[in-house]
Amino acid sequence: MLFKNKDKQDQLVAALGRAVESAAADIQGRSPWADARGRFLRNKAAVFSLCLLTLITVCCVVGPWLLPNAFDAADWDAMSLPPMLKGWHFFGTDESGRDLLVRSLVGGRVSLLVGFLATLSAVTLGIVWGATAGFIGGRVDAFMMRVVDMMYAVPYLLIAILMVTILGRAFYLVVITITVFSWMDMARVVRGQTLSLRSKEFIEAARALGVPTRRIIFQHIVPNLLGIVVIYTTVTVPAVILVESVLSFLGLGIQEPMTSWGVLIHDGASVMEVSSWMLLFPAGLLSLTLYCFNYIGDGLRDALDPKER
Amino acid sequence: MSLIEVNNLGVQFQTQDGLVYAVNGINFALDRGQTLGIVGESGSGKSQSVLAMMGLLASNGKATGQALYKGQDLLAMRPAELNKIRGNRVAMIFQDPMTSLNPYLTVERQMTEVLQFHKGLDRKAARARSVQLLDAVKIPEAARRITMYPHEFSGGMRQRVMIAMALLCEPEVLIADEPTTALDVTVQAQIIALLRDLQRDFGTAIIMITHDLGVVAGLCDEVMVLYGGRVMEQGSADSIFYGASHPYTVGLLGAIPRLDADDEALVAIPGAPPNMARLPKGCPFSERCTLADDQCRDVMPALLPASHNPAVFRACHRSSEAVAELAAKGAVHA
Amino acid sequence: MRDAAQPILSVRDLKVHFKIKSGGAWPWSAARTLKAVDGISFDIHAGETLGVVGESGCGKSTLARAVLNLIPATAGSIVWMGQEMTSASSQAWLAARADIQMIFQDPLASLDPRMTIAQIIAEPLRTHRPRMPEAEVMLRVKAMMGRVGLMPQQINRYPHEFSGGQCQRIGIARALILEPKLIICDEPVSALDVSIQAQIINLLKALQKSMGLALIFIAHDLAVVKHISDRILVMYLGHEMEVAKKKALYAAPRHPYTQALLSAIPIPDPALERKKVIQLLQGDLPSPMSPPSGCVFRTRCPVAIARCAEEIPPLRRLDDQTEAACLLA
Repeated sequence: MLFKNKDKQDQLVAALGRAVESAAADIQGRSPWADARGRFLRNKAAVFSLCLLTLITVCCVVGPWLLPNAFDAADWDAMSLPPMLKGWHFFGTDESGRDLLVRSLVGGRVSLLVGFLATLSAVTLGIVWGATAGFIGGRVDAFMMRVVDMMYAVPYLLIAILMVTILGRAFYLVVITITVFSWMDMARVVRGQTLSLRSKEFIEAARALGVPTRRIIFQHIVPNLLGIVVIYTTVTVPAVILVESVLSFLGLGIQEPMTSWGVLIHDGASVMEVSSWMLLFPAGLLSLTLYCFNYIGDGLRDALDPKER
Repeated sequence: MSLIEVNNLGVQFQTQDGLVYAVNGINFALDRGQTLGIVGESGSGKSQSVLAMMGLLASNGKATGQALYKGQDLLAMRPAELNKIRGNRVAMIFQDPMTSLNPYLTVERQMTEVLQFHKGLDRKAARARSVQLLDAVKIPEAARRITMYPHEFSGGMRQRVMIAMALLCEPEVLIADEPTTALDVTVQAQIIALLRDLQRDFGTAIIMITHDLGVVAGLCDEVMVLYGGRVMEQGSADSIFYGASHPYTVGLLGAIPRLDADDEALVAIPGAPPNMARLPKGCPFSERCTLADDQCRDVMPALLPASHNPAVFRACHRSSEAVAELAAKGAVHA
Repeated sequence: MRDAAQPILSVRDLKVHFKIKSGGAWPWSAARTLKAVDGISFDIHAGETLGVVGESGCGKSTLARAVLNLIPATAGSIVWMGQEMTSASSQAWLAARADIQMIFQDPLASLDPRMTIAQIIAEPLRTHRPRMPEAEVMLRVKAMMGRVGLMPQQINRYPHEFSGGQCQRIGIARALILEPKLIICDEPVSALDVSIQAQIINLLKALQKSMGLALIFIAHDLAVVKHISDRILVMYLGHEMEVAKKKALYAAPRHPYTQALLSAIPIPDPALERKKVIQLLQGDLPSPMSPPSGCVFRTRCPVAIARCAEEIPPLRRLDDQTEAACLLA
């Protein structure tokens, strides 16, 4: 029963002619997303990387609560210990006696969080900028892309140093700095994709139907952009994490006692001949995470490849 | 011995969905000066069969059977031997001249390359011969135009360039894979006229692949109608056009919009082109045929001489008379 | 009450010119003009079909898009249901679009690959009748699917799961769901197999009859339009060559270009083909950026005279069946 008023339904059905309420049930279609998901799941390297990345993330989030040592608890009796089972120091300790395992996991939280937040902002800004430029076209497009070109030309390290010097070191500043220098790739890619979509026949068909511009952008262009956005996001996240690590390595990022992988690598590099574990573990975790993102990105690219359709 | 003799040619592709039999059981013989038209729609296997003969199948494709050129089996040859014949004795022209010509090389380079490789001519002699052939295909100002790039020619002229390239070594067989499908109808008429003249002057045998029965009527002596990778009907052009004895041929002839028909409704063949990965056990056309019964769907009809004319081969369980009735009724409406 | 004699669409002297900047020139150098459509006039009455025929580059697709304002017209007038549309507001165009719809050449490309066909066919309803209840929308979609020969159970499938012919049926369903008065068909069967072409042409004819539609059927093949048109307009390089009622055009074409086109079409009849004398056109299509002076067809015309280069022949009414733009017709 589709309508409350059975008479009205009968009238409508009669008016529309043939019996539409057929006995057979509606078949569910196979959306392009479902196809892509299937292809992704068949890619063993990508699936393994996804599981590994999930594992790392869960450990970083949950681990520090489960482990007995605090990340900032200095233990002067246990300074610079190599990895051992005693006292849960699986990764060893640093010169202040702080447990490296917990610090690595907490650092992971920060790195991943910065990575996630900065990527989210960069992607959003990039999509809005690129889709608008691509869809409007003409002079607006030209102007917006020149802005992008100018941003590429600005040396980000100098700006980062300037901002830290003037505004001090804070978590939100790190995120903003990284965002400001990471959105351009996404904007370029989204603009290119929008340009190619704009001339596709189904967009022309939507215009011929009288669909308003805003609806075209959100209902037609954005869903067809998501494929490439997802792929480039998985490329942006490792880049962002690396930038954060570089900034922290140079002393421009996260402040003590909060730590990130970059800070840990910085500290570890200075004592690497003596306490090599202090460098190896955080660097290893960072590298592993970046590899995972790369394989996932590759898997997504193959899964969403339009030629496969 | 025929110039070209094809026996039981088959082509299979190894795909994600399993083994796809794109072509099955093609047989024909071609002599000097003869033209064979291979007609079919998408999925009929018409292009794949000639690509197999020329050794141009994709890497997951495999050809079975025999394709004899003067007694030598093209399918069994090593690439080096096949190269001596391809472009030299048996030449091919393709559908889209823009993508078949290298956009980065001048026409001169592309043509002289063929002559240098096959005939061992030096640059000057090769250039002279190339200009001669461009003249033969009626490209105006051939000597000046030969130094231009493919994109500087119009679609019709590019196709002429392709024909000229194919004829450089005076091949005995010319295979044309939908050469005029991408061209305007006036240009198509010019190209067909050109092919006819060249055949008359050089005696080339032509295998013409097309979906356009009008083109076939104007050019071909023998016609082979393919559907779902199999031969449905095969015979002389007159017997196919005037006495079609297979339901698919009848349907096809009825479905074509024709200038000489009087305003009748088009006879549509119901259904959709075959899915080559999921063909019925029996006749591939059985899903769409109005005369089909269970036998048609389960048992593959053999390609046998027709009862009304032994020179015509047909693969159908129904008799020629039943099909003739169908043609007379102008049956099916979709 | 509609006046049956009044045309629903009246196009007068429509011109669509594009400014093309030659690549690599200075930014301030003058752009060249590409005259895609250069003065086309025609009328469409309710329920009739106008076939628009021409080869590649003649401007027929541009004409279709200009009539719908997908490409803005450079000059000329488009009168829809008595209202001048060339200077109309976007609201007026939105209202008009409910009554003029379009079917495209590439069936699969004209459907959004990420939408189900339910969403695709319902989109016109949601755009033009946003208050319609969801249940009614779905009922109408399914009814329309049945009318164009699709199974209503397929409603949640995606375009790539259908064949070319079925995709074109989806496009037709989408165009018809608002019950428009005019449908512009831009080469709707060119990309389809021959056996499927016939299905779609028959479907369009049946729907036209049952829904009282007017059609503008654009094609490059005169044989195809013969089966569906009442009148035919032959275009060449943005100009009208001949406009005639169907029987007159095919029996006695008056313009040399039409004659050449008709003689060039291959007929699937070996005896006729062998006897046929084709009027082969010399030369190539001139560039639309520098069309020949006077009659644009003169460079390829077998009977051109000196005067053809001096004046553009107007579209003259030769009798009650035919108009031709030729000094010698």
